[in-house]
Amino acid sequence: MAEYSAFALLRNALTGNRDWKPAWRKPEPKPEYDVIVIGGGGHGLSTAYYLAKEHGITNVAVLERGYLGSGNVGRNTTAVRSNYMMPESIRFYEHSMKMWENLSHDLNYNVMFSQRGVLNLGHSPAQLDDFAKRGNAMRHLGADAVLMTPAEIKKLMPIIDISASARFPVLGGLMQWRAGTARHDAVAWGYARGADRRGVDILENCEVTGFLKDGDRVVGVTTSRGEIRAKKVAVAVAGSTGHVMRMAGIDRLPIESHVLQAFVSESLKPILDTVVTFGMGHFYVSQSDKGGLVYGGDIDGYNSYAQRGSLQIVEDVQSEMVALFPSLAPVRVLRSWGGVCDMSMDGSPIITTGPLPGMYLNCGWCYGGFKATPASGFAFAYTIAKDRPHDINAPMTLDRFYRGAVIDDKGQGATPRLH
Amino acid sequence: MLISCPYCGPRDVAEFIYQGDANRVRPNPMSQDIGAWNEYIYDRLNIAGDQNEFWLHSGGCRSHLFVVRNTLTHKISHVSLARDRLAPAAGAAPLKAAAPARMPAAKRVAKPAPKTAKSRGAK
Repeated sequence: MAEYSAFALLRNALTGNRDWKPAWRKPEPKPEYDVIVIGGGGHGLSTAYYLAKEHGITNVAVLERGYLGSGNVGRNTTAVRSNYMMPESIRFYEHSMKMWENLSHDLNYNVMFSQRGVLNLGHSPAQLDDFAKRGNAMRHLGADAVLMTPAEIKKLMPIIDISASARFPVLGGLMQWRAGTARHDAVAWGYARGADRRGVDILENCEVTGFLKDGDRVVGVTTSRGEIRAKKVAVAVAGSTGHVMRMAGIDRLPIESHVLQAFVSESLKPILDTVVTFGMGHFYVSQSDKGGLVYGGDIDGYNSYAQRGSLQIVEDVQSEMVALFPSLAPVRVLRSWGGVCDMSMDGSPIITTGPLPGMYLNCGWCYGGFKATPASGFAFAYTIAKDRPHDINAPMTLDRFYRGAVIDDKGQGATPRLH
Repeated sequence: MLISCPYCGPRDVAEFIYQGDANRVRPNPMSQDIGAWNEYIYDRLNIAGDQNEFWLHSGGCRSHLFVVRNTLTHKISHVSLARDRLAPAAGAAPLKAAAPARMPAAKRVAKPAPKTAKSRGAK
């Protein structure tokens, strides 16, 4: 599938670019599929891709309410990392990291995965102790992590002030060098093309309006483009989980939908070639290939299905950026936006069979779903195909809250706005 | 977003702390019904539309407030003190719309629990 090879580029350049195929078809819905995946975001598309590639299930439809990639897969700040502490989290996200490392080759689509490193800054001895503990946990399970000294950080990032007179002096940091960023739209497009070429129907502007049931069993959906039946219905709709599951009669879930804002500055000369997180607040920043600083901070802190946020968070994020990098104070914000995140009660996702027969649920990504895109699709496809979880998502059940087996990396308890 | 505190008047949302879904009902403290406790602690209605919720006016009078807010538009249609949350105050009409028969308090509270446990709810 060398569709974008140098030869193809040259041939099309000489023949007026008339020979390109659309990256995915615009098919009409069939009356019945083996599997319907609701949600044409990163996770839904990767699920369809791995259903076709790993399990040979190609009679699949991906239903997307808007246009492909219009949700969180095109709204995140593109960081990819596996620097967690709970073993369940490290195993899952490290599996994802290994998939990222080969993703462009696997999809034959350049997702511009750039392993530029993710650095968590530490501003107190206690924080560095905590970093050492987390770094050791990561290394123990095969992820990479190193502690950096202020001098090493200064060498990596000349714009940082490591003096004792800084507002929050930098005492060190935890670096994951294999972490980095990826081009989020390309991830959606690459998965969409890969799934489409294997026979998956990607149905855009196809909003699910209800579920078809036979007794308790889910046997299909009603949509804005008609009724579609399926042997298995998978839900991967992130922030809309509560809304969609209510149509299926599931009123209560361990999920709250919150809005997270992201910001891009005007383009600057290259000043930052890694992803940095601030340790005395909640702030993260990287510089895109176009030169804009891509950054964000806390979620707004109250339930919201609106894809826009409040001004106090705008102020909070900018002030944290200036506290960390005073030299960035004159930089102007180019644009900002919000995405609706499915905040779970322990900060970890849910990838499971059920909760109804014939149904499969993938949700609870909080604001960290992008880095999980490959492993989420891989594990969800396995769960759908085999009716049981893969080893990496076996702990991520819906009933773990009831059983007390929560995966709470931050130890915040059932307060989603703090995860 | 402005929240009209009954004591302080309209104030910026930055003065308030969100305390979450006000549709949850705390089981009787003596209840050993794990399902009811699980539902109270972990499960949420997560409504797309008018939602009942608690806020704390931490940067003002420190009152706990009961607010009906639309999660799609952020429009606030009702604010009262938390203790008055079940009173059918004027403007509380969305209360019924937002918290329909989904509140399964009655069937979830363990049998020995007195009826008052559900009518007082979470404080």
